[in-house]
Amino acid sequence: MEIKNSLTIGQYIPTGSIIHRLDPRTKLILVLLFMVMVFLVKSILGYILLFMFILILIVMSKVQIKYFIRGLKPILILIIFTVVLQLFFTRGSPIFTLGPLVITKEGVYLAVFILLRLVLLVFSSSLLTLTTSPMELTNALEYVLAPFKFIGLPSGEISMMMTIALRFIPTILEETDRLIKAQSARGVDFESGGLLKKIKNMVPILVPLFISAFRRADDLAIAMEARCFQVGAKRTHLKELKFGRLDYTFTLIFITVVTTVSLLF
Amino acid sequence: MPIVVKNLTFIYDEGFIFAKKALDNVSINIEEGEIVGIIGHTGSGKSTLVQHLNGLIKPKNPNSVIVDGVDICDAKTNLKEIRQKVGLVFQYPEMQLFEETVEKEVAFGPKNLGISDEEIQMRVKEALEMVSLDFDKYKDRSPFLLSGGEKRRIAIAGILAMKPKYLILDEPTAGLDPWVRIEILKELQSINNKSTTIVIVSHDMDEISKIAKRIYVLSNGCVALNGTSKYVFSQFDKIKELGLSLPQITEILYLLNSKFGEVDYTELDISKAVNEILMALNRKGKWKSKIA
Repeated sequence: MEIKNSLTIGQYIPTGSIIHRLDPRTKLILVLLFMVMVFLVKSILGYILLFMFILILIVMSKVQIKYFIRGLKPILILIIFTVVLQLFFTRGSPIFTLGPLVITKEGVYLAVFILLRLVLLVFSSSLLTLTTSPMELTNALEYVLAPFKFIGLPSGEISMMMTIALRFIPTILEETDRLIKAQSARGVDFESGGLLKKIKNMVPILVPLFISAFRRADDLAIAMEARCFQVGAKRTHLKELKFGRLDYTFTLIFITVVTTVSLLF
Repeated sequence: MPIVVKNLTFIYDEGFIFAKKALDNVSINIEEGEIVGIIGHTGSGKSTLVQHLNGLIKPKNPNSVIVDGVDICDAKTNLKEIRQKVGLVFQYPEMQLFEETVEKEVAFGPKNLGISDEEIQMRVKEALEMVSLDFDKYKDRSPFLLSGGEKRRIAIAGILAMKPKYLILDEPTAGLDPWVRIEILKELQSINNKSTTIVIVSHDMDEISKIAKRIYVLSNGCVALNGTSKYVFSQFDKIKELGLSLPQITEILYLLNSKFGEVDYTELDISKAVNEILMALNRKGKWKSKIA
């Protein structure tokens, strides 16, 4: 259970809010835009404004905030590492000295910047994945990638691969949990032991996991062929995406807010 | 009392939208030396329950799972010891095989327990024998190249080699050929005869009625029915209401009883059931001459 719960990828929480009802393409493009804009903001005030904006969107999505915070967990070490690095190894005017460690004003600034950036990136991408079902998401991706068909990019196949990958993430996580339990029942101690032992303990998990993944891929390929799947065939969608008034209004507001904040602050 | 489960409640993903109550105030006890069956349809909480018995899932409240007087919840409890004592064979256990040879595969459990090499070899031999596989013939073969039934047996042997006092099997015969099913059940019966307590989870009523002396029926995470297998399978209406089926033999005897009367429909033993059928026909008179 532990593994399954620490991942937010592909975890769609349906609440039927306005954010959920937006066209997935709108959400996908706006989130990409937001991520670029996050790096253009130069002042703390700008970040606070962006943060407030994303909080408003989170409230609008009606998804509990704890799901967003849970998304931070997997990269917690990365966040702490970069923040500490920025804090102690930035040159500038010192404000605090402790032996060889010097904290500078610039360091504090950069650390706060990095922290806010990472949190904003995680929150915005979580906002997309928590409010958009994997199917919608890959559907949107196919549309967004469609123009690149002219340079030989198989957008349909890419989105099919994404669909399959997303579909199997929970399955494989569940299986990992199962294997951890099954091998624990055979006396493997996953909790204690040094790094080397922990790596060795991975073998009884990974070998069966790979075997079943390959078998599953085989089965899936046969099932797809049995339903006449062909690479490169022209396909239609069960659910055609359509931009509505909601999308236009939302996009307008979103772009206005985000560009204003990132260009002015 | 060897394994006691008292008022056990378990909720998956507690506190989240997907929270699901898997066990609701379940109390069971398993006596030494018996064969206990746990039945119920998919999602009734069977697997969740057995995973509590060796501490793979830790109960929230103290004293809800006690093995030989030891509380699983206690922080001081050595879980490795519990897992040696309570051997759990998962559903489709062949999915957990990973070693290059059968011998190494079966030795994996005892090795984790820190047992000496000579002792391990003896145990592997013994365990393979218990599941009717010849040690010399199989020990150097790759477990991945064996048949489904052989794989299943090796996985079971892997747990048996740890010499558990209690052997818990989650759907041990699911997805196997009928013949292999019967064989495995026979092997389990003889393992039980050598004083290993067995808990068997299944939704195959015929199988359970053949092997288990006592049965717990789970439904929506609650114990809906429990008692001797004779008693449990005599509760037709309740069993049907829970969406379960009856053993074929019970159905036949029940129908005969409603036609001829005076048939003991709780009989689960095939040869005794045949007697019941013959007696019913005899009473009817018509076939008397033919049978005699």
